[in-house]
Amino acid sequence: MTDLTGTGLLVAAVIKVLTLFTLLLVLVALATYVERRVAGFIQDRSGPNRVGPIGLLQAVADGLKSLLKEETSPDEASKSLFFLAPALTIVPATVLFAVIPFGSPLPTRWGLVELIVADVPIGFLYILALSSLGVYGLVLAGWASNSKYAFLGGLRGSAQMISYEIGLAMSLIPVLLLAGNVRMPELVSMQQSFEGGPGTFGLWFVLPLLVAAFVFFVSSLAETNRLPFDLPEAEAELVAGYHTEYSSMKFSMFILGEYAHLITAGALVTVFFLGGWDIPGWTGDNIRVLADGSVIGEPTWWKTVLTFTSFSLKTTLVVLVFMWIRWTLPRFRYDQLMDFGWKVFIPGLMAYISIIAIAIYVLESRGFEPGPAYAGILFAVNAALAGLVWFVLDRGVLVRGAASVPQAAKEME
Amino acid sequence: MAGHVKVMERPGKQGSYLSAVAGGLGVTLKHLINPHKVSQQYPDEKWELSPRFRGTHRMATHEDGRAKCVGCGLCPAVCPVNCIKLIPAEDENGERYAAVYEIDEFRCIFCGFCQEVCPVEAIHLGVHYENAEYSRERWVYDLERLCSQEHPVTALWDPSDAASE
Repeated sequence: MTDLTGTGLLVAAVIKVLTLFTLLLVLVALATYVERRVAGFIQDRSGPNRVGPIGLLQAVADGLKSLLKEETSPDEASKSLFFLAPALTIVPATVLFAVIPFGSPLPTRWGLVELIVADVPIGFLYILALSSLGVYGLVLAGWASNSKYAFLGGLRGSAQMISYEIGLAMSLIPVLLLAGNVRMPELVSMQQSFEGGPGTFGLWFVLPLLVAAFVFFVSSLAETNRLPFDLPEAEAELVAGYHTEYSSMKFSMFILGEYAHLITAGALVTVFFLGGWDIPGWTGDNIRVLADGSVIGEPTWWKTVLTFTSFSLKTTLVVLVFMWIRWTLPRFRYDQLMDFGWKVFIPGLMAYISIIAIAIYVLESRGFEPGPAYAGILFAVNAALAGLVWFVLDRGVLVRGAASVPQAAKEME
Repeated sequence: MAGHVKVMERPGKQGSYLSAVAGGLGVTLKHLINPHKVSQQYPDEKWELSPRFRGTHRMATHEDGRAKCVGCGLCPAVCPVNCIKLIPAEDENGERYAAVYEIDEFRCIFCGFCQEVCPVEAIHLGVHYENAEYSRERWVYDLERLCSQEHPVTALWDPSDAASE
């Protein structure tokens, strides 16, 4: 079996793009509903349950309402940017899906179709580059509205996203150290076990890189502007932050963008740390397409379906955890947010990367091959670090008693 | 003025954020999976109203459909918000009746004085509250509309049975 070439490749790409994009948009709409249901359940309410069976069509009703509403734009707004901003929030989130592998390769009559829209060799860098673009939507919306609240929201958004972008990127460096590759399907393969071929770990990266996974997860929360990091739209002080002046479908675009970001973030956590489309405890689904086109494992269509289901379930689970956190935690104070990003994450990650690099160096100089034993030792190192963070370092760093707040104010002067 | 004020212990300088987060997530998870929800599915499920609930008015009628009101004028007199408009008239038998009887349900505060003061037990408040309308005019109930209401009438407070037992 060979890879697709020529027209076949193009047709496959178009089908993949259309399917994935449609699916993503439907899921985004569904996510708004799920979020409200989860919020309701957590607050002992029942949430939206009146439109359609158990409220599933709520998103349709909301969309219709948004389309029919009056569209306003401030007189003093910079019109073109004001129109551009909502689109700029939703586009980076959706195009990120281009490099996310979402299932094992599908054998067809014409050749092997890899379930990834663009299997670019720099998939990893593409993600880092595009996830930063999301900030433009916020900043432009805030600036173009010509309203002080929106402007403050936009400023906060840019400061926050730049700060946590660093955490996001740095928490992925250990993944690179471990995987030695920036091709996304290869990252998934590295978390599976294979007979033959270059060595893989056979263990999801969440275990050997526990701390990195946690930091990536938290940074994703900040990148998607969700509680406890939703400072850009802090309604208590900024009305509605960067989208104060938006109404109708343009407002809805921001919401859709937020949820698209949410799903993308869930997919990224899944690919980097939860084994991507790997089904745990079963090696039959482990199919690897090497860079030279040779295939390890036996691809079949039902394995594709199963692995896609596995990928979807994992992503859904991560998204649900995002929602669960949103309805649990209060928002950070702004100084806490910045302290956390610059004084905790960045130095902490630098130390962490050094430790992991040293650990990998020591392991490899002792002749360890990539494999479960290798990953197990790294897990032990990570567990020790996590324990250190949990029981020793995380004392009075973030949450301080009210009595010590004036102290904090004095420190800032 | 005596009373005990519970002073909460503030977390000291040594509070661990992560442990607190884990605790909080536990609390929300408990509520998330708890099947008991407090929401009432309003149009499907309704409140069980007290028999003394005071809502939309209703005029009692004789068997032949005439309103029992004799136009004595006590209810507009006692009404604290002047929401009752009554123009009495007299028929050929010399019996008084209400030629115009209108209640503005918007102004009404549902105190129930009209029901209490009525000598012939004609005007009542009802155990009923769903009276939304599309226009303000529709909120002024005329005599015909008051007579055609069908909800149960409010039970007056009985001093000998103060707790309604």
